[in-house]
Amino acid sequence: MAYLAITHLEKSFGPTRVVKDFSLDVDKGEFISLLGPSGCGKTTVLRLVAGFETPSAGSIHIDGQDVTALHPNQRNIGMVFQSYALFPNLTVAQNVGFGLKVAGMARGEAAARVDEMLRLIGLPELGARYPFQLSGGQQQRVALARALAPRPRVLLLDEPLSALDAKIRVSLRQEIRQIQQQLGITTIFVTHDQEEALSMSDRVVVMNGGIAEQVGVPFDIYNRPATRFVAGFVGTHTAFDAQVTDAAAGEVTLGGTRVHLGQRLAAAQGEIIHLALRPEAAHLGRAEGRETVLSGQIAQVNFMGSIIRVTAMVGEAALTLDMFNRPDTPPPPVGSTVDISVAARDFIVLNAG
Amino acid sequence: MTDRPDTLEPELVSPAPTVPAPTAVAPRRRRVGPALSWVFFGLGMVYFALPLIGMFEFSLRKRRGTYSFDAYTSVLSDPQFQATFSYSVVMSLVTIVLGMALVLPAALWVRIRLPAMRPVVEFITLLPLVIPVIVIAFGYLRMFNTSSFLPMTGTATGTNILLAFGYATLALPYMYRAIDNGLRTLDVQTLTEAAQILGAGWFTILFRIMLPNVFTAILSGAFLTFSIVLGEYVFAALLDRPAFGPYMIWTGGNRAYEPAALAVIAFSITWGCMGLIQLAGRLFPHTRASR
Repeated sequence: MAYLAITHLEKSFGPTRVVKDFSLDVDKGEFISLLGPSGCGKTTVLRLVAGFETPSAGSIHIDGQDVTALHPNQRNIGMVFQSYALFPNLTVAQNVGFGLKVAGMARGEAAARVDEMLRLIGLPELGARYPFQLSGGQQQRVALARALAPRPRVLLLDEPLSALDAKIRVSLRQEIRQIQQQLGITTIFVTHDQEEALSMSDRVVVMNGGIAEQVGVPFDIYNRPATRFVAGFVGTHTAFDAQVTDAAAGEVTLGGTRVHLGQRLAAAQGEIIHLALRPEAAHLGRAEGRETVLSGQIAQVNFMGSIIRVTAMVGEAALTLDMFNRPDTPPPPVGSTVDISVAARDFIVLNAG
Repeated sequence: MTDRPDTLEPELVSPAPTVPAPTAVAPRRRRVGPALSWVFFGLGMVYFALPLIGMFEFSLRKRRGTYSFDAYTSVLSDPQFQATFSYSVVMSLVTIVLGMALVLPAALWVRIRLPAMRPVVEFITLLPLVIPVIVIAFGYLRMFNTSSFLPMTGTATGTNILLAFGYATLALPYMYRAIDNGLRTLDVQTLTEAAQILGAGWFTILFRIMLPNVFTAILSGAFLTFSIVLGEYVFAALLDRPAFGPYMIWTGGNRAYEPAALAVIAFSITWGCMGLIQLAGRLFPHTRASR
């Protein structure tokens, strides 16, 4: 059995099923992100693991122990909240030591552990301050130290970076990942930010409508999205409808052009399948190794600094492609007709989801 | 873990806001506004202060032809004053503890578990303001008289307990609002969950997290309760208890200058309580965050 085993978890609020038959096995020391839009059920799953909600069905096991019916204070889980949730009446050191005091740890031992935790988060000199005397980033670090101090079996992070500004978010996510790897603590991280999820996690669970649409390593989630939803939610893509002409040979017709996808298709001849293409997979103009050439009309050009995002109409589809910004290569004018070359292997075949 | 961008300093330094150049009309408007405010403030002060000054001046006239504190000496040396005042102080302390024990967990529970019930609970806590005290007192007497199933009025201790419950009912609107306002400034739900996940039970959450964070609010409620109990007449008179309220009424009917002295003393106690509320706020460093 996995270290953290979530099995057929269900949660309904009245008639609304928020989590539907959710199962997930997490190995010890693994960093898992639950990624999805608002209302997809990711926070509910986290709260079910924490014990703040009671599941309508299913079970949760940690290290072989069934914790489904246990209260939050009996589970030995650490949690960091989006709003920090530091106790305003306690100093930083008292906040970090709160769980240790509750557990009845000896004063000297607790003080040493608090000191160790404050050093871990890089704030050893701020123990005497109150939460209101800290910046947002510092408060969240203290919240992390407080969650880690009692040596929890699992660490839950509920959108801990959402309330911070962009620059701190990037630096803090690196620190969180570094600390997690250093301690080897099993972690579940909830976020709606795909960049956070992809950059921090060992595996990502993309959730939609209370179910896990896809579970995989970040590389697979981005490059081989299983469903249309995953392709659309993680990164940008252009969706195409293509007609299967030879399923065994992986041949389809796309906007009048025959394309060899290079893989056997699980569809009947004549059937319409969904393809996706990432912006970085399409190239403006003809290029070696990109055997499929589509003709398109430039509809929009967005200058984004290091890259230029170009939208071209290919038949009915609005194809998005990225080109590196070079001062000697200006983007094509809007309305011009261009060739767009694609390697057939870069087309992603999507399931219906 | 070095070279952190989020130190305190950048947040403390904010660029000076760009203020548009004032027009010729704006300064005149600004001058008229504060002046009018001061006039109204002065009128208000006179309206409130004049009767108090008059009362204080009257309380000093006991000795003919000269001002003296004779009325105060007379009141303070009266054994009945000492007995009734002490009784009411003890009763108010009991009421405060009773009210807190009742209201704090209830307000917390409503905020965490039964937010939909908040309007109902607020309505219930307002009832003592709507129902005349004499109705509540007669209700108590009917429910707990010597021939009832719970004859609390049969003994002095029983009647004292009944009086404390009556006072707690009277103080309910003030105590509940004070504590609820205190809880409103906190993210009670998340703080509770944060404490729970760290292993805390309800007792720890209540006494180590919630109570210190709403302590100033509780003190406000406590001092309001103290003031109400000190001056309360109907309950004490109908239950025939030696409280300060009936003593004040009795003195008012039988003495000339002492009632004014008593009123000044009562006012001083109330103002002293308000000063203590302010002082208490400064004693807790974490409450500076909201300033």
